[in-house]
Amino acid sequence: MNKLTIAPSPHVHSGDSVRRNMFGVAIALVPALATSLWFFGLDALAVILTSVVACVAVEYLIQKFILKVPTTISDGSAIVTGLILAFNLPPALPLWIVVIGAIFAIGVCKMTFGGLGQNIVNPAIGGRVFLLMSFPAQMTTWTLPDVDGTTGATPLGLLKDGLKSGKTVSDIVELPATSDLFFGGIGGSLGEVSALAILIGLAFLLIARIITWHIPVAVLGSMAVLQGIFFLASPESFASPVFTLLTGGALLGAVFMATDYVTSPMSTNGMIIYGCGIGVLTVLIRNFGAYPEGMSFAILIMNLVTPLINRFCKPKRFGEIAK
Amino acid sequence: MDFSFIMITVAALAATGLVAAVILYFVSQKFKVFEDPRIGEVEAVLPGANCGGCGFPGCHGMACALVKADDLSSLSCPVGGQDVMQKVATILGKEAVAAAPKVAVVRCNGTCEARPKTVEYDGAKSCAILAANFGGETNCSFGCLGCGDCVSACQFGAIKMNQETGLPEVDEEKCVACGACVKACPKSIIELRNKGPKSRRLFVSCVNKDKGAAAMKACKNACIGCGKCAKECQFDAIKVENNVAYIDFMKCRLCRKCAAACPTHAIHELNFPPRPAVKPEAKTPEAQAQAQEQAAKAQ
Amino acid sequence: MLKTFKIGGIHPNDMKLSAGSSIRELAVPAEVKIPVSQHIGAPAQAVVAVGDTVKVGQLIAQSTGFVSANIHSSVSGKVKKIEEFVDANGYKKMGIIIATEGDEWMEGIDRTNSIRREITMEPADIIKRIQEMGIVGMGGATFPAHVKLSVPPGKKCEALIINAVECEPYLTSDHRLMLEHGEEVLIGVKILMRALGVNKAYVGIENNKPDAIDNLKRLATSFEGIEIVPLKLRYPQGGEKQLIDAITGRQVPSGKLPIDVGAVVQNVGTVFAIYEAVQKNKPLIERIVCVTGKPLREPSNFMVRIGTPVTALIDAAGGMPEDCGKVIGGGPMMGRPFTRLDVPVVKGTSGITLMNVEDSKRREASNCIRCAKCVNVCPMGLEPYLMATLAKLGRYDDLREAHVMDCIECGCCIFTCPSNRPILDYVRAGKAKVGAQLRAEAAARKAAADAAKAKEAEGK
Repeated sequence: MNKLTIAPSPHVHSGDSVRRNMFGVAIALVPALATSLWFFGLDALAVILTSVVACVAVEYLIQKFILKVPTTISDGSAIVTGLILAFNLPPALPLWIVVIGAIFAIGVCKMTFGGLGQNIVNPAIGGRVFLLMSFPAQMTTWTLPDVDGTTGATPLGLLKDGLKSGKTVSDIVELPATSDLFFGGIGGSLGEVSALAILIGLAFLLIARIITWHIPVAVLGSMAVLQGIFFLASPESFASPVFTLLTGGALLGAVFMATDYVTSPMSTNGMIIYGCGIGVLTVLIRNFGAYPEGMSFAILIMNLVTPLINRFCKPKRFGEIAK
Repeated sequence: MDFSFIMITVAALAATGLVAAVILYFVSQKFKVFEDPRIGEVEAVLPGANCGGCGFPGCHGMACALVKADDLSSLSCPVGGQDVMQKVATILGKEAVAAAPKVAVVRCNGTCEARPKTVEYDGAKSCAILAANFGGETNCSFGCLGCGDCVSACQFGAIKMNQETGLPEVDEEKCVACGACVKACPKSIIELRNKGPKSRRLFVSCVNKDKGAAAMKACKNACIGCGKCAKECQFDAIKVENNVAYIDFMKCRLCRKCAAACPTHAIHELNFPPRPAVKPEAKTPEAQAQAQEQAAKAQ
Repeated sequence: MLKTFKIGGIHPNDMKLSAGSSIRELAVPAEVKIPVSQHIGAPAQAVVAVGDTVKVGQLIAQSTGFVSANIHSSVSGKVKKIEEFVDANGYKKMGIIIATEGDEWMEGIDRTNSIRREITMEPADIIKRIQEMGIVGMGGATFPAHVKLSVPPGKKCEALIINAVECEPYLTSDHRLMLEHGEEVLIGVKILMRALGVNKAYVGIENNKPDAIDNLKRLATSFEGIEIVPLKLRYPQGGEKQLIDAITGRQVPSGKLPIDVGAVVQNVGTVFAIYEAVQKNKPLIERIVCVTGKPLREPSNFMVRIGTPVTALIDAAGGMPEDCGKVIGGGPMMGRPFTRLDVPVVKGTSGITLMNVEDSKRREASNCIRCAKCVNVCPMGLEPYLMATLAKLGRYDDLREAHVMDCIECGCCIFTCPSNRPILDYVRAGKAKVGAQLRAEAAARKAAADAAKAKEAEGK
């Protein structure tokens, strides 16, 4: 007879694993990956491959040679970080800048805090914001998908510049059509060119029960409501809520970056507060801040608020008497 | 840049600082808490490990207790030992009481070899959790569980798990006898014993309360409660209770006769010189007779 | 829309392998080991001596308090030993070992299969009989049944709830009981309704047992006031608080008992034992045990005398399979593995589940990724990840603030954790520590109050 095993209950497991969740996210990113390859071609491929390989390599090297702990690259979290970082970068970014971004994302934002699960900000966003501040020129040179090799501004950039020069929203004729925003074909970072691709990814994440609906709905809902109020008050100086939701990586951020397990709150009411915080900050930064888009900054700020939210937003307990 | 602009900045900062300093001074005067200055002095000589070995929450708590105490006999800093207590006594102008230095001993010798595992534990690696749910991985429900709660409780790195035997080992150089491991062990295996002259110690390395046969079946090194050691002892230092022997270190004179008599070698002797070889060519006839007697008893 | 509880919960594979196997009576063993503590509360005191001859159903150990239970002999024969023997957890427990001789029953016990429908006893006598016959909660918790039935003054029971959920994966003993002894169960429910003075009883059954639901629904037409409530399959629906929530929509507040929301819950197996005790004068000396598991040749349900060795049950179910790495007393969600198999079946042994070697080991734990899945599945609305960390760090005051005492130890958190962290292991340890602290505080308060009272009395 075999030696029997003893352990406290329970003795069965759902079979869920970190790897399943991480590769699930990677699969959910495939539609966005495909559209970016379709619109930007080999440039996109180079950026994505560089980013993923660099992230995995940095994690491996740090764990192997600096921390001297068992490596965890097989859990897939570095791959997801690499993909999301790449999706936040302009297609024509020099590859050495991509590598710097990966080093900052994994090395500084993730490993210094103790690896997966311990980081306080989303590594991909940390890397992206670091690059945006260090290489502002390269990070805002956007390849336009339709015309070969030409560069231009993102829709939000066009809007911001137009409004600054005294035009009203309807005067800014260069703004792309809503259908283009939805199906793809606008200037912008790799992952944000097609809203449809992101929504397909969202559907997959929800069906596979990798994330819950709370954060994406809270982010997008609060953005739509706040922008809607501004829009109704003055349609001439504020963009419509639909335009806001479809541009500037709002969907990419709401679906893939704000929902990062590690840096989002634990209770559902906390998730909603967190999501609304991101939505409101994004709208405020976009309309009143210096940057044309504010998703990354909003998520970064709310990441830092997450421990506080966790402290004060507790799940509804069984039998709790309603106040 | 305009020079006066710099001057204004400096003056404004200086004024702010001055106002803040005045406020702070008055507030600190008004809300001053009186503390016996000797507490600070005593705390300074304490080791600052905050290990809790003295029974107080940290060295500050100990310092307060020392200052308050009428005599120091009931208080002792296990980490600092006699030196520190002497210094404390000097500061407070009281008498230091000599306390015998102690050291932690692990009273289980159920090595992997002697005490085979009958089941495999697969839960969280913690002795407390294992003990709360199960008797252990072997047929001995009294012995070491081997999950290392004592190792993680020790702040001085004095306990290490021996991978070969599966038992913790105390590094007596590093052990300060703070008692953290004693508290951490759910099986109460670890005991603080007098360090002994030249660190020589004798103790029963087993706490199994099962009857002899059952204990023996579970572990080859178990104390079977046969009482041979107690009979051998001339100083009445050994008691057998609940099928397990215990050596009172206050009475033990370290003659080592009990260790020789123990049939399961459950009595451990530490730091003694090697025993003279027990062979027929022993010099005196008495010694020879004694050795033979011991051997007979051991069988 | 089927009813279910509101917060959390999981959907483990239900694996009811032995659902189709009817209850078989297992041969009386040559020797039984009967522990004197098979229930929550004070151990019973042996009232027989070594060498005494006992009959089946004879009282051999007397309860020693209100929260305690009588123990009866399950065989006839000679008391061989009264001593400590190693129990399923590997610790020594006091018990009575009886060598079987023949099968002679105490007089007055009705052993026939005839069903006695008429209930003649008065409520107080019913509860007294239940107490005498040593009936305890048969779902596995083994809380003495009479304690729950004795409604404290000032509180009122409005509804009796019968737990026939059997939400543990694998186990089928309640399922078979409802199919084969449905009418006796319903008479038992009637007895309890009479004892509690209520005219409404609900029997909650999960919808993975449609045949049991149909059978009881058909029988219940001739029993007034008993409603069969099909429930949506979801673990841990069999938790007392979850079941009350699912059926009545009321949630028992933290630190309160079911009676505080007007409910009394009894397990369906307990109800059957109560039927036998009250109508047939039969003490709790045998129970249905489900022996199941993937590696087992014939997953079965047995009617077994208390004290029968576990090995006898496994042998009767096709023998110990080669590919077995764990033998669990109870089901895989809340059961506790046996450290050895020469231990007896006790009143709380609802099942014996064998796991194959591959399923027996937990996978290696990795960092918490803060995915919040444990928070989402916790049926008590707690934060398991946080409690586990606090328990590990020994921050027991914070742990108390985190409501660790509400934890029902259902295991949903470990089941769902993608990082395979032993969350509940730590929470359970922390809960034990906090519970001890609370008891110590309560004792200190009581001592202080007593001292004050004594002082007052002295002053007068």
